[in-house]
Amino acid sequence: MAGFSIRPCGDFRTTYRQDTRIFDTTYIRNAAILGIFAVAMIPFVLDGYYVNLFIQISYFAIAALGLNILVGFTGQISLGHAAFFGFGAFASAWINNTTGIPVLLSIPLAGLMTAAVGMLFGLPAARIKGLYLAIATLAAQFILEDFFARAEWFTGGSYGAAANPVNVFGYEVLDDFSFFYVCLFFLVVMYLLGTNLMRTRDGRAFVAVRDHYLSAEIMGINLTKYRLMSFAISSFYAGVGGAMYGHYLGFVSAEGFTILLSIQFLGMIIIGGLGSVKGTLMGTVFMVLLPEVMETGVSALSVFEWANSTAVTDGLAYIKEMAIGLAIILFLIFEPDGLAHRWQQIRAYWKLYPFSY
Amino acid sequence: MTSQSPILEISDVSLVFGGVRALSDVSFSVQPGELFSIIGPNGAGKTSMLNCVSGRYTPTTGSVSFKGKDVTGLKPNDRAELGIGRTFQNLALFGHMNVLDNIMVGRHHLLKNNFLNGPLYWFGGAQKEELDHRRFCEDVIDFLEISHIRKATAGTLSYGLRKRVELARAVALRPDLILLDEPMAGMNLEEKEDMARFIIDLNEEWGMTVVMIEHDMGVVMDISNRVMVLDFGRKIAEGLPEEVMANKHVKKAYLGEEDDDTDEDEQVA
Repeated sequence: MAGFSIRPCGDFRTTYRQDTRIFDTTYIRNAAILGIFAVAMIPFVLDGYYVNLFIQISYFAIAALGLNILVGFTGQISLGHAAFFGFGAFASAWINNTTGIPVLLSIPLAGLMTAAVGMLFGLPAARIKGLYLAIATLAAQFILEDFFARAEWFTGGSYGAAANPVNVFGYEVLDDFSFFYVCLFFLVVMYLLGTNLMRTRDGRAFVAVRDHYLSAEIMGINLTKYRLMSFAISSFYAGVGGAMYGHYLGFVSAEGFTILLSIQFLGMIIIGGLGSVKGTLMGTVFMVLLPEVMETGVSALSVFEWANSTAVTDGLAYIKEMAIGLAIILFLIFEPDGLAHRWQQIRAYWKLYPFSY
Repeated sequence: MTSQSPILEISDVSLVFGGVRALSDVSFSVQPGELFSIIGPNGAGKTSMLNCVSGRYTPTTGSVSFKGKDVTGLKPNDRAELGIGRTFQNLALFGHMNVLDNIMVGRHHLLKNNFLNGPLYWFGGAQKEELDHRRFCEDVIDFLEISHIRKATAGTLSYGLRKRVELARAVALRPDLILLDEPMAGMNLEEKEDMARFIIDLNEEWGMTVVMIEHDMGVVMDISNRVMVLDFGRKIAEGLPEEVMANKHVKKAYLGEEDDDTDEDEQVA
């Protein structure tokens, strides 16, 4: 996280326990808990459109956190994250359909299966780094995509696979309203686990491998083990996210998990902030909401007469796509450290006002 | 001291990179509790020697044994677990971590929590373990007088402080043998004095055996128990600092001429 934390006067830490807390101050912790409760109120207050957006954010955010552990924390580029996301979706549907294990359990089990597959495709990481590894993970993307299309026993081939709805203690979660809470539960749990991982031994080892692998090895860190472990944990998150996606839609087809989605995952973590857990969430929110905001902006134009001609509406559709690209480029230029860093700066500014340091 | 079996024994180590012989048939041994220095002109193979001990390089021929165990083929991380720690000549800190986390990485092989109980933090005992080790790291921080930069990002620190953090990280490993690659390089007099004091304390109070590469002859002669001199990958002298100082091969290596009467301070500068 950021170097010096900004705490109010008189907030002294007297134990190591206090010093290793997730949130800087009690106030922020309470705000975060309140925030979760506030989010839990969304289905009661806002309409289904927003509930749907939140569900999208939550399964993408979980998968993106996995990618951030791999790319942001361990420093290994992966272009195959969407394939693992898809594998999780198929795996959960397959486990549930063939063995009858309840969906709520098959989601983490699908995560484990995806972790195994991720480790398999992570094997090259033991030998190669950087761009070369990126190309090797690209192979995972294409091999798995092909697998989805052909392995009919597992994915239903080109027909796709049906995924049963989540069943919580006999209660079938059929609508967005209840699925929202399943998502919220998984989101909070997975983010807590991720945060804890990063502040304990193996999380530090990941960052050590990223920052200086030679000295990490001298410090007693087994490079191969941690590179593979990073792939496994990353794929686990992707698998859980994918499984939620599958059970939400109720149907999984092979088309959705292209390289474009992989790139979008990378976009989420780059915009949010590489190597930041909360940045991942921010980046996902940004990437999911950006097209929606663009859509709203474009449809707002339709009040004008000229904006309703086909030439303009076609053009606007393209402009919308381009605007997303533009937003990402602007982000990379003006805030390469991501939203998490920007948030830190805003907090610092607020705290230190009217001084700059 | 000499009656004990050596903690580190190097026998006939040669290291060849293509046509370059970085080391040829170097043998020496270090006794437990010693402060042993390796000196020599640039390119003499000092760092290569250290790399053979820490596991970065595997010697082409010859063997390295640590505490009586042959470690020649062992990977660096396994050697760390056996109790070999080191610092680097060119700083090798984890630049984006804070100082405390850097030092905690040194505890890696002593910590037991992993990716399964680490994420469960409060329930799997990981928290308690982390806090216990934090206590030790704080002792190291106290000892090396870096408590004021505990939470600073390592990459933003000044050179002298970074060197000290790197030493702290190696000490946190609690090694029996610590390898220091030019701990004084690029420091001013005051920082050198501090560093020399830390090294002596490590040796005498923490009971670590120290093998050090250093160019500052004043420091080497003052604090080492024994000194070995390398030149073009060969060992040309080994012994007490005064003996080495007077050795004519050493004079030749440093000055490139024989039998000259210039005074000693100039020769070793």
